[in-house]
Amino acid sequence: MSTQPVESTEPGESPEPGVITAAQVAHLASLARIDLTDDEIASLTPELQQIVDAVALVSSVATPDVPATSHPMPLTNVFRDDVPVPSLTVEQALAGAPARDGDKFRVPAILDED
Amino acid sequence: MTDLTRISAAELSGLLADGSVSSVEATRVHLERIAAVDGDVHAFLHVAAETALATAADVDRRRAAGDRLGPLAGVPVAIKDVLVTADMPTTAGSKILEGWMPPYDATVVRKLRESDLVPLGKTNMDEFAMGSSTEHSAYGPTHNPWDLERIPGGSGGGSAAAVAAFEAPLALGSDTGGSIRQPAAVTGSVGFKPTYGGVSRYGAIAMASSLDQVGPVARTVMDTALLHDVIAGHDQMDATSLATDWPSMAAAATAGLADGALKGVRVGVIQELAGNADGFQAGVKQRFDETLALLSAAGAEVIGVSCPNFEYSIAAYYLIHPAEASSNLARFDSVRFGLRENPADGPITSERVMSATRGAGFGPEVKRRIILGTYALSAGYYDAYYGSAQKVRTLIQRDFQAAFEKVDVLVSPSAPTTAFKIGEKIDDLLAMYINDITTIPANLAGVPGLGLPMGLAPEDGLPTGLQLMAPAMQDARLYTLGAAIEQLLEASWGHTLISQAPELRTGNTRSAEGNN
Repeated sequence: MSTQPVESTEPGESPEPGVITAAQVAHLASLARIDLTDDEIASLTPELQQIVDAVALVSSVATPDVPATSHPMPLTNVFRDDVPVPSLTVEQALAGAPARDGDKFRVPAILDED
Repeated sequence: MTDLTRISAAELSGLLADGSVSSVEATRVHLERIAAVDGDVHAFLHVAAETALATAADVDRRRAAGDRLGPLAGVPVAIKDVLVTADMPTTAGSKILEGWMPPYDATVVRKLRESDLVPLGKTNMDEFAMGSSTEHSAYGPTHNPWDLERIPGGSGGGSAAAVAAFEAPLALGSDTGGSIRQPAAVTGSVGFKPTYGGVSRYGAIAMASSLDQVGPVARTVMDTALLHDVIAGHDQMDATSLATDWPSMAAAATAGLADGALKGVRVGVIQELAGNADGFQAGVKQRFDETLALLSAAGAEVIGVSCPNFEYSIAAYYLIHPAEASSNLARFDSVRFGLRENPADGPITSERVMSATRGAGFGPEVKRRIILGTYALSAGYYDAYYGSAQKVRTLIQRDFQAAFEKVDVLVSPSAPTTAFKIGEKIDDLLAMYINDITTIPANLAGVPGLGLPMGLAPEDGLPTGLQLMAPAMQDARLYTLGAAIEQLLEASWGHTLISQAPELRTGNTRSAEGNN
């Protein structure tokens, strides 16, 4: 899965590391594509601060000599035989779509017109 | 006549095999039980009564025709709503997936069907499995059958409550940070988190991919083992699936019933989780100490071991888990499945529709964790948070390795407290997160963990749970020792723990959807 660093938090950059501001929460929410109300931002800001303060504990033992572990049971070169297997039909794949156009997913405009 | 809802799956399968009970009868009594008590318990989000009866009739017909059937053929089972089912709606406890009918079955669901178990329905859970109390379900909380005002644990509170309320003998759960073992503890039931990769996650709606594991839930260690045997094994649809030939867990559990099964077994008591720390309830500590004394008397060698880095496990978990969840939940984009919500004003673009949909469809805990995960993965913070958490994971694995050089099995309480009241901790994030202190290390290291009843806490009369952990791949060892300890504890009580659960009010008709 993709857990590489995402875009920088600019322009909601924190005034100092580890301090969560409302502007930063709003920016993170926009990166995460979640509309938040002003009330949600107001409650999330101190909540995230509380969690970030608690989890910052990890850096106290994460010294440079300790290697990172991404997966508990490391497997490499996971292959299967290259044989065709049944996959979803078009109808199955589209069955849960909020909107469709023939055999395709129908989506709103990708680009903003302004 | 025997109440078929009260007996174990093993006993029920015996009655089914010798023809003294039909699967239709067994299924019907469980559906009647659900109808009678689930209005109060709310373990189920969906009950598939007609399909279940048709499945049961088919099993009966094939049994009568002399077909060779598996050991659990005809036995009813409940399925956590995080697992996709082609014939039942799957929501993962979220409004964003309300009414979604998946186009395929999860591998574990397929295996249930191939072994002729009878799916009864889908069980409630914290939204996308984020929570320790099932209070974060978008469809209302599940209530603990021991005390309806209390939580059944989470995220798999629905599966645990279903078996504890005798609505199903078996259930499937998933365990990312304790979501099988902690609900088992607070409902007096049994649950097993397999070795990471031991059970396929294909069709399990992903939350934190390096932690998630599907596992069995039941009322006895043997039943849990029987269900484990049905779902375990390699699956090429899951790239993390281990190509291992697993031994029979049921045979391992049977071995634990032999005299002297605990003799000479080196049992390591994790000092950091032994119940002395803040947040551990006195009655939990008392039952844990009494259990250790029983183990010693049975010939086990009880040894204290230290796992000093477990102290950092919650902090690491609440970075790794949100980081991975924020990535996994990006799939809820309002295009391929689930809710689509247009913004209240302004242009209708894909990006704005996606944001409006996620704003409307996700609950508060999911939003909190996605935004936390987005923060932890941000450039500039990545090394300090996500990177450091991955290093802590290495340290925790090393603690396990060092401990398992000295002992065969590690033990702790499965949960620091008994079930708390619904609403009691919902506004205290850190108090909620600390519930998982005993269970998270196993997920971070990928090792198997078994939770089983350890007695009722004297101060509140509510269930406590014992957790056993073994090295990775040694799942069978836990079934042997778990069955032995269960037998020892039940002999000391003179009964099973679940038999002490209060009778639930019956006759209140269950509504189709949660309306608590």
